[in-house]
Amino acid sequence: MKAFTRLVRRRYLALRVDCEEPPDSSAVSEAVWNAVLRLFGEVGASQAGLYLVKYDEKKRLGVLRCSHKALPMVRAAIASITRIGNAPAAVHVIRVSGTLKALSRKTAITS
Amino acid sequence: MKFVDLHLCVPWKDEGQAGRLIAKSAELGYSQIGVPLQPSIKPEVVNQMRLLCDESSLDFVTRLDLAPRTPGELLAGLRRFRRSFEVVSVFCSSKVVARQAAKDRRVDLLCFQSFDPQKSFFDRAEAELASASGAALELDMAQALSSLEGRSGVGLFTRLRREVAVAKSFDVPIIFSSGASQPLLLRKPQDYAALAFLFDVEASFALEALTMNPAAVVERNRKKLSADYVAPGVRVIKEA
Repeated sequence: MKAFTRLVRRRYLALRVDCEEPPDSSAVSEAVWNAVLRLFGEVGASQAGLYLVKYDEKKRLGVLRCSHKALPMVRAAIASITRIGNAPAAVHVIRVSGTLKALSRKTAITS
Repeated sequence: MKFVDLHLCVPWKDEGQAGRLIAKSAELGYSQIGVPLQPSIKPEVVNQMRLLCDESSLDFVTRLDLAPRTPGELLAGLRRFRRSFEVVSVFCSSKVVARQAAKDRRVDLLCFQSFDPQKSFFDRAEAELASASGAALELDMAQALSSLEGRSGVGLFTRLRREVAVAKSFDVPIIFSSGASQPLLLRKPQDYAALAFLFDVEASFALEALTMNPAAVVERNRKKLSADYVAPGVRVIKEA
């Protein structure tokens, strides 16, 4: 019997947002989407499989899911973010993991 | 892995902002920072900055940015200030200055900050000279971050891609520096390596540009500036 394998391997990125005013999850999600679209276009964004799994507004920590093949693209796009909404901002990747469980274990982000 | 940022634009007149920038740099994982200083800076200010860096467990490197208009100005600047700073970078605004800077062994870093392809002087001849003299090509990431959009971004990536390819073919070391003057323009070293993916630099090569290459420049110059240095390969071991 064939072993179970996922069709799309994923990567989970723990993010920390640096911004003068704490942005909400939709603003963070939009900033990441816009950065990917700006750098890689619609085709690139469609391959990235982006999804903001969770975002803690108080701690400014979030978890972003993407396709493992698109990881270099997504990391570059995240590093290129200089504004969220109208405020200057920076988004740092704290850790990358293959599962949410491992990411929670390795970072302060609780599930 | 020891990460080095050789171009952190610390505003030395504003101690609060300087402290924030230095603390942020340490928080993001850097262990050595190069701060561009004015040649006329007072030693007390340098000591104060060194103390700020010590508080954050950062190794402070003094750096001089020269922006000469003529080769003569460059030579005069080097003659006067080379021994006072650990790292010397030259902003090449013209071809003659770029050529002079690339062949002078006293120059550590070559900077080209133009989006105009006509003013991109880092070509094969420049790389050959730089390779022989040991100068490195410095790429400021803050500059890249602030001009990613639109046609300027396209021009920038084209230039960076070409410069990196030329540097690689002549074994010219590449150094990635933040060039940041505000904490929000600073990124983690791994994020800079990820950003380098945009101009076709593989991760391992990018990490070298943030670790080994800048550290080698600082180490080489510290040896040269030490009291026991005489000439390449010759140093005083014991005085009679």
